[in-house]
Amino acid sequence: MNQVYDVIIIGAGPAGITAAVYAARKKMDVLIVTRDIGGQASWSGDIQNYTGYQFISGPELALKFEDHMRKFDFKIKENEEVTELISNNHVKLIKTNKGEYRSKTVIIASGKRSRELGVPGEKTYKNKGLTYCATCDGPLFTGKDVAIIGGGNSALDAALQMLKIAKKIYIIDVAEKLKGDEIMQEKLRANKKVSLFNQYRVKEITGDVFVKAIKIEKEKKVQVLNVEGIFVEIGLMPNSDFATGLVKNKIKEIKVNQYNATNVPGIFAAGDVTDVPEKQIIIAAGEGAKAVLSAFHYLNTNR
Amino acid sequence: MKKIILYGVSGCPFCHKTREYFKNKGVNFEDIDVSESPEKAKEMVEKSGQMSVPVIDFKGEIIIGFDQDRLEELTEV
Repeated sequence: MNQVYDVIIIGAGPAGITAAVYAARKKMDVLIVTRDIGGQASWSGDIQNYTGYQFISGPELALKFEDHMRKFDFKIKENEEVTELISNNHVKLIKTNKGEYRSKTVIIASGKRSRELGVPGEKTYKNKGLTYCATCDGPLFTGKDVAIIGGGNSALDAALQMLKIAKKIYIIDVAEKLKGDEIMQEKLRANKKVSLFNQYRVKEITGDVFVKAIKIEKEKKVQVLNVEGIFVEIGLMPNSDFATGLVKNKIKEIKVNQYNATNVPGIFAAGDVTDVPEKQIIIAAGEGAKAVLSAFHYLNTNR
Repeated sequence: MKKIILYGVSGCPFCHKTREYFKNKGVNFEDIDVSESPEKAKEMVEKSGQMSVPVIDFKGEIIIGFDQDRLEELTEV
């Protein structure tokens, strides 16, 4: 309980894991606190732009990251959610849903999570017909009518996955035009199962124990679609709520400089939770390495 | 029914974690891919009262998601 680590890494996606590997090589005393291992990479489909692998699936790459990390003898607190981060000069205090930990430096690599719709019924029907992971839960909707919310690549990808299994697919998007790749749009348009609802907003999700319908609206005209499955694919939100003392941009990403330093000395951040311009696995991994090397230099100069 | 059953799909990371967890602990379990069987998918929904994977039927106790703490408690016994 009283131990003060050199560094606590929050999150174990590509950024957090890479930071941990670098920290181990610098012989830093590390604690990893994370909800899961692999992060968003675990949920990705096919990856064709991670150097060294011409082709690898997301879950496979995530497992390789995890294997690499497990080569070192880290203390890992898995299934823990950070609720508070307090900086008392040289010692940082991290509170989670299960405990409290102290360290000299912190690397926030907590990534992003699915954005929610924020409409009535969403919480009630989560996992009862409403899901944020088409890859996981899609097969449970075989032969059923489903709605896909969103118009980007992840939404279209979900729709394509459902083509083979669902009966009818409604794509509901607030924008005038879908944003996803044209090649995916073409495939969907050519299929009779698919109906497009552009410029529609989701108003409510209703049902009994499970989802039965979705209420959507365009220009104040409400329409009800009977569906048993709803796939929410409307982008991502940074997991930065616990980092209350840090400067963030408009979309709640933590601001970092080129050394991955935040506005609080000793607290660094890396990967998708930050305002780094591109969100890519390889970039997150590189940022994780940079962040922990910065933390290492910080420790050497602030002893 | 004193069996351990894992209901999952092949592409789902938490199903994979559960599978690996059981294998590492040397726990015998039935591995069901619900995407291959609508009846088993229905069975899973009926048992768990919800529609996300994985679901673990641990000798009658239903666990939703990869809940390592709960699994540890159960496998210790």
